[in-house]
Amino acid sequence: MEFALSEDQRMLQDSISGFLKDNASLDTIRKIADGDAEAKAGLDAGLAEMGIMGLHVPEMMGGSGLGLLEACLVQEALGYTVAPSGFLAATVAADLLPNYQEDYPRGIADGEMVFGLALTELSSRRDGAGVTVDNGRLTGTSLLADVPDGATHVLLADTSGSFHVADSWSAEPMRTIDRTRTFQQLTFDGTMAETSTQPDASALAAARLLIAADTLGAAQAMLDKAVEYAKERKQFGRVIGSFQAVKHLCAEMAAKLEPARALVWHAAYAMDTKDPEALVMANLAKAHLAEVGTFVAKTATEVHGGMGFTDLLGLHYWFKRIGVNRQLFGSPEQVRQTAAELQGFVAA
Amino acid sequence: MELNLSPEYEAFRQDVNRILTENAHLAPGPEDRGMKHPKRLAWQKFLIENGLTARTIPKEYGGYGAEPDLLKSRIIAEEFARTGIARPMGGQGISMLVPTLLELGTPEQKEAYIRPTLHGEMIWCQGYSEPGAGSDLAALRTAAVEDGDDFIINGQKIWTSTAKQADMIFCLVRTDPDAKKHHGISYVLFSMDTPGIEVRPLVDMTENANFNEVFFTDVRVPQSGIVFEKNKGWQVANATLTHERGMLGDPNATKARFLELVELMKTETLNGERLIDNPLLRDRLMKLQGEVYAMQANGLRVTTASLKRESAGLAGLIVKLQGCELNHQIAGLAIDALGELGILYGEGDHLRADGSWQWRYMYDLGLIIGGGTAQIQKNIISERGLGMPREPKPAKV
Ligand SMILES: Cc1cc2nc3c(=O)[nH]c(=O)nc-3n(C[C@H](O)[C@H](O)[C@H](O)COP(=O)(O)OP(=O)(O)OC[C@H]3O[C@@H](n4cnc5c(N)ncnc54)[C@H](O)[C@@H]3O)c2cc1C
Repeated sequence: MEFALSEDQRMLQDSISGFLKDNASLDTIRKIADGDAEAKAGLDAGLAEMGIMGLHVPEMMGGSGLGLLEACLVQEALGYTVAPSGFLAATVAADLLPNYQEDYPRGIADGEMVFGLALTELSSRRDGAGVTVDNGRLTGTSLLADVPDGATHVLLADTSGSFHVADSWSAEPMRTIDRTRTFQQLTFDGTMAETSTQPDASALAAARLLIAADTLGAAQAMLDKAVEYAKERKQFGRVIGSFQAVKHLCAEMAAKLEPARALVWHAAYAMDTKDPEALVMANLAKAHLAEVGTFVAKTATEVHGGMGFTDLLGLHYWFKRIGVNRQLFGSPEQVRQTAAELQGFVAA
Repeated sequence: MELNLSPEYEAFRQDVNRILTENAHLAPGPEDRGMKHPKRLAWQKFLIENGLTARTIPKEYGGYGAEPDLLKSRIIAEEFARTGIARPMGGQGISMLVPTLLELGTPEQKEAYIRPTLHGEMIWCQGYSEPGAGSDLAALRTAAVEDGDDFIINGQKIWTSTAKQADMIFCLVRTDPDAKKHHGISYVLFSMDTPGIEVRPLVDMTENANFNEVFFTDVRVPQSGIVFEKNKGWQVANATLTHERGMLGDPNATKARFLELVELMKTETLNGERLIDNPLLRDRLMKLQGEVYAMQANGLRVTTASLKRESAGLAGLIVKLQGCELNHQIAGLAIDALGELGILYGEGDHLRADGSWQWRYMYDLGLIIGGGTAQIQKNIISERGLGMPREPKPAKV
């Protein structure tokens, strides 16, 4: 037994973190948040060049054939730098579609195809949203779809829980607290579904797990920043990090984050090895990271005092990343409900 | 990452499971009270003989004598958790003193104490805390003065668990009053039957008198009871405390409790509805399940680090704080789920699970405090784990 990352996995972590450190600095993130299309395109191109989009695509379809564990490491690094990316959508598509239609995973791996993800209605339907299928034609809207720039396809869930691939839609941007990422309302107006799948609980679980990894990264960054700040900032003639009240806030963040990291890894490994508890773990990882992330986001901001509240420091990008992730693909309560259903804890 | 066990280990797991389930009728139940109840002693002996506890302790000292194999130890712990069958004896003698003696004891000490301790025939208590020395343990004042081959001990200990039942004590005493706080302390073993020792039970909030005050008046004990070296007791104590903190946050024990809670919520009904069908309670249950999974995964990380003889870093430092808190919350949910009947205690018709959830809820709070309080754990995490500065010493006035 070994519960640790392999040499290769650590190298993957290092290379993606190294790239993001140089190419997704706070400066760049700010530009992207302010709508600088060039900055965004630069980051997208750099990430694509690293070959991560095809990370989870099977080797025989031109990808790297790596698991959700490796995908979670990449997503964690993206969260750490609050870098927007189509990686999550590509990975969920690469997880689901190989069983149905090889062209998509191939397209993702060779960069010809960029996928968006419209899963919101699997957890929440309101304001008339929801896509229905009639004779293979898709009709309806989906809210808060995660559609990267230049998307060629969307993977969407219909109201019965089946997934479809579409290559045309109309989109309206939806403004959220997080201006680094774009979310859209998609409308399908009798579009022909290119490919359709059975309902599949594991695709949603994979998306939720990846979001958990993203929050893990963002929260770890906030803890690191808080500890670093506390070791420098002086008040009452001493660094604030020597005040026990501040130390204990940091210790509480670390004490919650450490096991949360182990949980994300374990859940990802369970998904990769088709462990019978995998879906439960992945859903609980999402819900748990939502709670831990929210705690860290608030606490790390407090450690920074007034500076934490400013735009100047930019800490709020991490706060908002975590805030969006908490609700995306289901609020903690909804996700825990899924975990309970999976275990037969909900009366039929 | 490789969490699948090799066939050899899978076979081992099945063996362990078979031995436990086939012999479950031998295991003591809550009605077999008393630390030395014959059924408890017999069960302990059975577990040792089958390598299910004291597994790696050499045969010459009464253990099973297997090669250290963390994975096997882990599998055993998991099987006890999964089957819910009475675990081996614990307590401070077995969990704290035995590892300390194995590491630092003289051959005579090992010979004399380890076997009877493992078999539950010799009960120990831990004499560390004093009225003026709790979190600040090194402030302890109980004095041991040399007299020929002996020490004469005077002073007082407090919160000494199981002192009333104990045959022996491992005790921290000050042997050099002039040395700096941490340097004049020795770690001494002696009999609780020695004249001059008075034990006064202290009733705790669970209504039990598990811990005690222990008074020493001119207690004469042999100096040969020193473990390691005179005035080096602080190092010895730190070695023991590490063992205690590992024991207090064991994720397998937590998992076993969580499974009991699930069972409770599936079988108990309220207004004709299973407790687990109440969405609010179920949500809290799922929240705790996420944390239980997280602590288990964290435990796997810690085990892996030990296998590689590496430090587990933060993953190790957080175990006592998080594990004890989680146990307390599991008991808290059980009580809330039981609602009004959750307050019953002691005996009576409507009592559930012998009142054990209330008992745990209170006792777990004691464990959040004992063995280094939550606040002290946070000091350790921030200083050793995150490299934050220590509190500056107040200026002398
Ligand atoms: C159930 C139980 C069993 C026990 N069994 C034993 C036993 O068998 N043998 C034994 O020797 N002892 C035993 N103890 C004692 C235990 O180790 C002490 O209670 C514990 O170390 C705290 O010491 P204290 O009670 O003096 O509290 P104090 O040290 O007075 O602490 C009171 C409060 O002050 C806080 N505090 C103190 N110092 C600091 C600091 N530096 N920073 C921040 N906060 C601080 C504490 O966190 C706590 O909240 C047991 C205790 C319990 C509850």
